Amino acid sequence: MQPTFSSSRILLPASRWFIVLSLLVALVLNFLPTAQWPAMPDWVALVLVFWSVRENRYVGMGWGFALGLAMDVADASLLGQHALAYVLAVYGGAALARRILWFPLAQQALHVLPLLVLVQLIQLGARLMAGADFPGFGYLAGPFVGILLWVPLTYVLLLPQYQPVERDANRPI
Amino acid sequence: MDYQPPPFFKRGPAPLALLSLYVALSVSLLVVDARFHTLELLRQALSVFTHPLQQAAHAPLALVANAGDYFSSVSRLQSENADLRRAQIESAPKLLRTQQLEIENERLRRLLDVRERQHAKGQVTQILRAARDPFSRRVVVDKGQQDRIVAGQPVVDDVGIVGQVTRVFPFVSEVTLITDKDQAVPVQIVRNGLRSVVFGLGNGQLELRFMPANADVQNGDLLVTSGLDGVFLPGFPVAKVVHIERDTSYSFARIYCVPVAGVENFGEVMVLEPRKVATLPPELSAEASGAPAAPEKGARVKKKRVLRD
Repeated sequence: MQPTFSSSRILLPASRWFIVLSLLVALVLNFLPTAQWPAMPDWVALVLVFWSVRENRYVGMGWGFALGLAMDVADASLLGQHALAYVLAVYGGAALARRILWFPLAQQALHVLPLLVLVQLIQLGARLMAGADFPGFGYLAGPFVGILLWVPLTYVLLLPQYQPVERDANRPI
Repeated sequence: MDYQPPPFFKRGPAPLALLSLYVALSVSLLVVDARFHTLELLRQALSVFTHPLQQAAHAPLALVANAGDYFSSVSRLQSENADLRRAQIESAPKLLRTQQLEIENERLRRLLDVRERQHAKGQVTQILRAARDPFSRRVVVDKGQQDRIVAGQPVVDDVGIVGQVTRVFPFVSEVTLITDKDQAVPVQIVRNGLRSVVFGLGNGQLELRFMPANADVQNGDLLVTSGLDGVFLPGFPVAKVVHIERDTSYSFARIYCVPVAGVENFGEVMVLEPRKVATLPPELSAEASGAPAAPEKGARVKKKRVLRD
């Protein structure tokens, strides 16, 4: 796979350990006290969508469900709220993967935006149905910050897959 | 006979099948958790995995806070110490009188054959963090099942009621603040003894609902717990009335209050022991437990006992 469709560099296969590690780091980032700040992106959703686009054979809906349950317990929210949202986001990411990867990074981010908004909207719907109040539009600001991070996130998460450029003067082609 | 060629690559079940499985699972979890509240065991089991991660995520912050304490100047500590000592001396006479009054009250109650008031006892806990959920007002405190905390215990700070323990995990427990939308506290106005229930609004304020438009409530009235719920001990300050809207077109006044305690602040709080259940006198308790079928049951039991004898 290439970093972008127009790049001539071929990436190494993704290491499974690195994928698991990045998901765990995203979970810890969500647990940080900074999660209380307004317009903080949902790191787990962002990294899950990234891997579901890139490596949907490995990061499937099971990962979404498990991480969602962990978030629900840590978050003191309804059990199943994050799980439902993440499962649907991972499914969406995997379904759109073939299309998304044909775009440059900035336009990929625009494709990811609806998925991240979907994550927030599903949670909002679940809580409103359970009788909570609307927490304000700041709740929906997280995804917009999240897509700004799509380009740096792509570079960071693909970093272990880059291989050194070999320049061989004697190669015929 | 037509044979399907075996698939080249094993890819597991179809994505749509997996999706419907997981969606069905999460929706059923949602419904069971919202309606029946029976998933506490699952939560506790999962918290064994998430709790260490959360602790690890909060460790740097705690470290920074501790370092700040360490480097805080001696003079500030000294002045704080002097302030505290002064406050203690100022409140000492009142406290001494209170002790004497409490003993006197107990004796008088005993004389009058009224049940004695329960003393407020509890455990001091530290608020670790606010829950991340933007839909509710909850905090996490550092004592749980290990310290025999049970759901329902009231939580107070040095000025008034903060909230109530709603969920207990092995090492931590969740406290729903009185400003949460789902939290209600039965209260009494100190000035005239008017009883009502105060509800959280979710924005840091509280509302006294269903009070008639001509109810005797004034700005600045202090609300204390009435103790009628059997959960909160009577007499703890809860909130102060700050704004009253009386509109003759509605039958109820809209009365807004702010909590007395530092509800949204961080610090130390006290989890009070669960209130003892008031027992009914024997004749009343028999009446209360008994539908008309009760005497028959009793008779049958008696017969059995007789037979056994």
